[in-house]
Amino acid sequence: MAEIVKESLTDRDYKYGFETQIETEFFPKGLSEDVVHMIADKRNDPPFVREFRIKAYRHWLTMKEPTWADVSYAPIDFQEIRYYSAPKSKKEGSGPASLDDIDPELIETFNKLGIPLSEQKRLTGVAIDAVFDSVSVGTTHQEELAEAGVIFCSLTEAIHNHPDLVEKYLGTVVPYKDNYYAALNSAVFTDGSFVFIPKGVRCPLDLSTYFRINARETGQFERTLIVAEEGAYVSYLEGCTAPMRDENQLHAAVVELVALDRAEIKYSTVQNWYAGDKEGKGGIYNFVTKRGICQGVKSKISWTQVETGSAVTWKYPSVILKGDYSSGEFYSVALTNNRMQADTGTKMIHIGKNTSSRIISKGISCDQSINTYRGQVKIFPSAENARNFSQCDSMLVGDQCTANTHPYLEVKNNSALVEHEATTSKISADQIFYMKSRGIDEEGAVSLLLHGFCKDVFKTLPLEFSIEAVKLLEMKLEGSVG
Amino acid sequence: MAMLAINDLHASVDGKEILKGLSLSVNEGEVHAIMGPNGSGKSTLSKVLAGHPDYEVTSGRVEFEVNLRMRNVLDMAPEERARNGIFLAYQYPVEIPGVPNSAFLRAAFNAVCKHQGAKEVSEEAFAPILKEKCKLLGMDERFIDREVNVAFSGGEKKRNEILQMAIIQPRLAFLDETDSGLDVDSLRIVSEGVNKLRRQDNAVVLVTHYQRILNYIVPDYVHVLYQGRIIKSGKKDLALEIEEKGYDWLLKDFVN
Repeated sequence: MAEIVKESLTDRDYKYGFETQIETEFFPKGLSEDVVHMIADKRNDPPFVREFRIKAYRHWLTMKEPTWADVSYAPIDFQEIRYYSAPKSKKEGSGPASLDDIDPELIETFNKLGIPLSEQKRLTGVAIDAVFDSVSVGTTHQEELAEAGVIFCSLTEAIHNHPDLVEKYLGTVVPYKDNYYAALNSAVFTDGSFVFIPKGVRCPLDLSTYFRINARETGQFERTLIVAEEGAYVSYLEGCTAPMRDENQLHAAVVELVALDRAEIKYSTVQNWYAGDKEGKGGIYNFVTKRGICQGVKSKISWTQVETGSAVTWKYPSVILKGDYSSGEFYSVALTNNRMQADTGTKMIHIGKNTSSRIISKGISCDQSINTYRGQVKIFPSAENARNFSQCDSMLVGDQCTANTHPYLEVKNNSALVEHEATTSKISADQIFYMKSRGIDEEGAVSLLLHGFCKDVFKTLPLEFSIEAVKLLEMKLEGSVG
Repeated sequence: MAMLAINDLHASVDGKEILKGLSLSVNEGEVHAIMGPNGSGKSTLSKVLAGHPDYEVTSGRVEFEVNLRMRNVLDMAPEERARNGIFLAYQYPVEIPGVPNSAFLRAAFNAVCKHQGAKEVSEEAFAPILKEKCKLLGMDERFIDREVNVAFSGGEKKRNEILQMAIIQPRLAFLDETDSGLDVDSLRIVSEGVNKLRRQDNAVVLVTHYQRILNYIVPDYVHVLYQGRIIKSGKKDLALEIEEKGYDWLLKDFVN
């Protein structure tokens, strides 16, 4: 407790806002079919990937930017963005041969972010893939994972070393036609992580990818694919940060999860992209498509997200419940402060029989921010005895923020049981004073309120993540309550 | 030596002066009752003592004895006052949705522990302490699993204040209209709770409209507050006299 308090008093500003000075290779600004080919050339894409890109690009040209979310921002000029940027020391077209090849400057960058990559310092129990701008710079614990038969590497490496697997699953959960940003990502995606857990294997380590945007005027379009075969289990963690800059930067990622019979995937995110300053200047546009499919019987996919950053967020991690008796979960804490705008939630698509889903969403809006929950529960006629429970709570801090809740329920089978609960509460100065008059200081008071409000989500976070995530939330909330 | 010394205190809220030169001295082991009609400044005095930011002290002194030295209370942050042993039982306790009573009570207990240089207690170690206090006050243990004051009845809220007092063990307890809104049974239970917490080295100040609670918690001194000042002090008989005759006979000389 004492340490947390100290930290939150001194580190109130965005401590990940630094920029790494490193020689970078990047494309000129702008997007065209030529640029898409250049990306494919650069990365030595096999034909199936190149084809996927071009189809996606051509389709993207026919699409319109979505405008239905409760967010507003200046139009994005897609010709003003660079679509490729990579530290120069990296060999072209393939992942790094070994961690020894990584530029020490990059190792230092990730050290500063609390992500040690070097052999001596790396975290035990967690294997990490570090993605810097458009490329993966290294993945730890490779040998240990290989022994268990687990593949965990950058998507680039996977495309070259396991093309059959990538071809089999790429774009099967989020097709390139899915939505505007998914199409854009499919055309220009650069790196991301690939995870494959073979039949019957319980992944011996937590897997983690850390995304770092560094280069100016560059978009980040990573793509992650996780496949868990029959009876496999994996827990995957994702973290992200970016330097503080006055201009906005676009991050449009795609994540696809596939769970076969009795497989379980647990996907946790702590999103802390730079959110812009108090006046709303700068920050990341976080337009992300995350979706998993419970393909097999009794499979399970669980999303947990702690959203604390980004100027604008547009993100709905979803589960398609296709296998009978499969289950999907979505646990979310989204905190917005200053002038942040977040439109986030989930979709639970029930297709198989006896499928179940659970949605726990906690939105905290502070200052002049806008925090929207948007969730869809869809029960297909085939989904006999489907069950859903949704709980969407909003907490307001101050009187200038906005919280919206948009639940969409579509039930096409009479045997379904769908429950939705929603509450709105307010942190008031009176509550803080009441606690202070019992000897509890402001940090303690905020922490109590936060834990009280978010406990159902916090308990689903992996331990390595939860301390950091809770600290991050306390720090941001305290700045707004005080 | 006085434990609490208030001297010529002036305080206002929203620019309107409410306390106009209030003085009061409380010693260890004493029970004081502050009575007075509506709008006389009783609640303002409580809030000023607790350090509520809406109340501005314009002049005067409030001192509280800490380790045998008189300290300026007005210089202390609200949480610092609490840790040094000043407790306010609220007239309208605040609801804190989502926060379990047990977590709240433990945070308060640990704040005092830390201040006194003692080790903070874990959830496991705190459970028996809490249980014992509930028993002492005749309170249902289910109380502690509920969210702080949420969906509590009026009586339950007041009892929860006394439970907090039992946990924190303040040296000076300021009870702001703890009797208001209580039925006879609740009043008796709350009062018994307060009596059980009395010691040689602590003091209680009861702020009240009515004499009723004073049948249970017998005051050593009774003060009448009117227009922001104490206009009369006496022994417990004064309360009985007010009960019988009302306030008018005391106030007629003071109408502006």
